[in-house]
Amino acid sequence: MPPKTPDRKSPKIEIQSASVSSAKPPLIDPGSLLSSNDLTIDELRSILELADRLENEDPTQRDKRLFKRRVSLLFYESSTRTRTSFELAAKALGADTSLVSAQSSSIEKGESLKDTGITLRSLGAECIILRSPYSGAPYLLAETTGLPVLNAGDGMHEHPSQALLDLRTILRHLNAGSKVTEKTLADVTITICGDIFHSRVARSNALLLPRLGARVILCGPLPLLPETAAQLAPGIVIERDFDRALAQSDIVMMLRIQAERLAGLALDLEEYKGRYQANTARIAAQAPRALIMHPGPIIRGLEVTSEVADGPQSAIAQQVRNGVAIRMALIMRALASNGLHDVRPGKNGRR
Amino acid sequence: MNPILIRGGHLVDPAAHVDGRRDLLLADGKVAAVDMPGKIKHSAAEIIEAKGLVVAPGLVDIHVHLREPGQSYKETIATGTAAAAAGGFTTVCAMPNTVPVNDSPETTRWMQAPERGAAVRVFPIAAATRGSMGENLTEYGALKAAGAVAVTDDGKPILGDSVMRQALTAAARVNLPVIQHAEDTRLTGGCSMNAGALAFRLGLRGMPVQAESGLVERDIRVLSEIKDSRPHLHVAHLSTKAALDAVRRARRNGLRVTCEVTPHHFALNEEAIANYNTNAKMNPPLRAEADREAMIEGIIDGSIECIATDHAPHALHEKEQEFERAPNGITGLETALGLSIAILHVRHKLPLSRVIALLSSQPAAVLNLKGRGTLAVGSVADVVIFDPQKQWTFRALQSKSRSKNTPFEGWTLQGKIARTISEGRMVYGG
Ligand SMILES: [Zn+2]
Repeated sequence: MPPKTPDRKSPKIEIQSASVSSAKPPLIDPGSLLSSNDLTIDELRSILELADRLENEDPTQRDKRLFKRRVSLLFYESSTRTRTSFELAAKALGADTSLVSAQSSSIEKGESLKDTGITLRSLGAECIILRSPYSGAPYLLAETTGLPVLNAGDGMHEHPSQALLDLRTILRHLNAGSKVTEKTLADVTITICGDIFHSRVARSNALLLPRLGARVILCGPLPLLPETAAQLAPGIVIERDFDRALAQSDIVMMLRIQAERLAGLALDLEEYKGRYQANTARIAAQAPRALIMHPGPIIRGLEVTSEVADGPQSAIAQQVRNGVAIRMALIMRALASNGLHDVRPGKNGRR
Repeated sequence: MNPILIRGGHLVDPAAHVDGRRDLLLADGKVAAVDMPGKIKHSAAEIIEAKGLVVAPGLVDIHVHLREPGQSYKETIATGTAAAAAGGFTTVCAMPNTVPVNDSPETTRWMQAPERGAAVRVFPIAAATRGSMGENLTEYGALKAAGAVAVTDDGKPILGDSVMRQALTAAARVNLPVIQHAEDTRLTGGCSMNAGALAFRLGLRGMPVQAESGLVERDIRVLSEIKDSRPHLHVAHLSTKAALDAVRRARRNGLRVTCEVTPHHFALNEEAIANYNTNAKMNPPLRAEADREAMIEGIIDGSIECIATDHAPHALHEKEQEFERAPNGITGLETALGLSIAILHVRHKLPLSRVIALLSSQPAAVLNLKGRGTLAVGSVADVVIFDPQKQWTFRALQSKSRSKNTPFEGWTLQGKIARTISEGRMVYGG
């Protein structure tokens, strides 16, 4: 029946194969990062360690590492922090960056993602960093260009570099180092609160953190947090009462309400604030020692008050700093590969 | 057109209750004789040796999209029917969501004209409402006279209660079935797959099961309220257990409701989407494993009377898009028999004659296609001859369809077609 394909960490088709034939799966360059779930623990550890090394390296040495290598940023959605962070990371390694954004390109004229990707490749891009409003777009780009693709956020799907920088922030807060194992976060409870349904950050974190042993609590009202969310990974529970979630938590990740994606959901924002806002009184009462994180952009006064966002428990500034270190490591990893499009007979050994 | 004598084969003709070795003589586009091996003598006939092969009525697919008029870059009537012939089909019923929508007797006739170069018989299914806009009914009598065998707005549902009531009533008057694409589009805006944990993980909005079952239930309610006639409701591409249960209940209550299921809905579940494989995107979407199993159960217990492919060709550049932007649908004509035999007959032990009935006599009965789906003497000389044991690997590149959008690339299927004969003409093999 269906041909056997190599395991791409995608779910198995239930039907058993009686076949020995094989259809070629689309090739994705192994330097890509499309989902936080794609990384083994060993790969995670090496990325975190590489981030440490790069962060501490003499900048005048560091910028020789990817001297004049070409990195393209392809952004179909506006972004401040992620785009700037990737750009700074690439430049800190000496790479040339070029930015293509929806407002300033033939994307506007209806050019397909495939054609845009192929054009960038023809112009010398060795790696594409993609942000897209469409879930799964990075898979298409990686398959059609053969280039390493870094997912900088795709629709409601994932934002894996954000999950890695969040992990680095958590590890540093816990003084846990970068030599992560399946047990590194064994005694740690992390609450992710807010608009989980529309959040790619939530998905990437919820897929990643339990694999290091963390207990993850998802918190939010039903329209923003369907029951099926608990099936994302083992070790995830849903707690609708924010106070109860906070009381158990070492780490709290707040998410904004994505008004642009709400499309028809009637949500009473005043009621939402009452139940789910991270404010001084609530944090002091329920989680006075927890680390408060937020991937940004923050809507001050809605999901989090200014007092909490800027307060002593907030890790928001560290998150941004960790973003550059993690993204340097991801770009290094992406460009360390030869690129599948370029593999010649006898030269397919890599990394 | 010479007479054809098919010798030594195993004839499976469910409608005539034949399941054994028989010889078959075709002449003048009709079945001229069926008899025990060696009994039929005809010196002028072309002989086809069918030893070890199954000889069955040409298959009937009551749900295909041939894309003509208007989208010949995806498929034409010629290429689509060539694919049908390669898949053992001798009758296909073409859906009206062409460009323009087939809502007129002129287009209905145009689709059947010899200039279209059809390899097998095409029966158009006309739009139930003008432009398939779901508002004003088309002229059912005139459409039927032009050759339409049913009405539907497929691709879209007939959503309004009163329009559905009018359609059923008007169709009953001229004895045409109304085929419903059962999707409550008020619940599926922006959705591109089945609702559930997988959709959540992939960050895709999901179509709930209720979008299908709710509309089937609504249709059944409307049908039950029509007292002065007995309309026939046919549910296209049923995909959920809940909708199937509604059909079962309606039939127990004596209503005239039939349904079809596609090979992909009994062969695959939503996991086939894997990393956003747009060749696993169709509408209705691939469902959860329990729904897939329910389709198999429904086929086996007889609640589902036909297999229909919903053959929906799309160009490569259309499928090579972001998942949410890619169009719905997959090709199906050349994989239907092989999947049905491999899954229903080999794995689930459904007798081969039942598989053939699901693909020939039963769909012919649903759309009242006289003389088709059987090889009784006097019926149309539509025949498929295949090796039921032979396993083969499906390669989309070798498909006769203009489009290659299939999730079954590289699959090993069972039941290899040797020949297809349409109205006495050899249209595939030989
Ligand atoms: Zn349909």
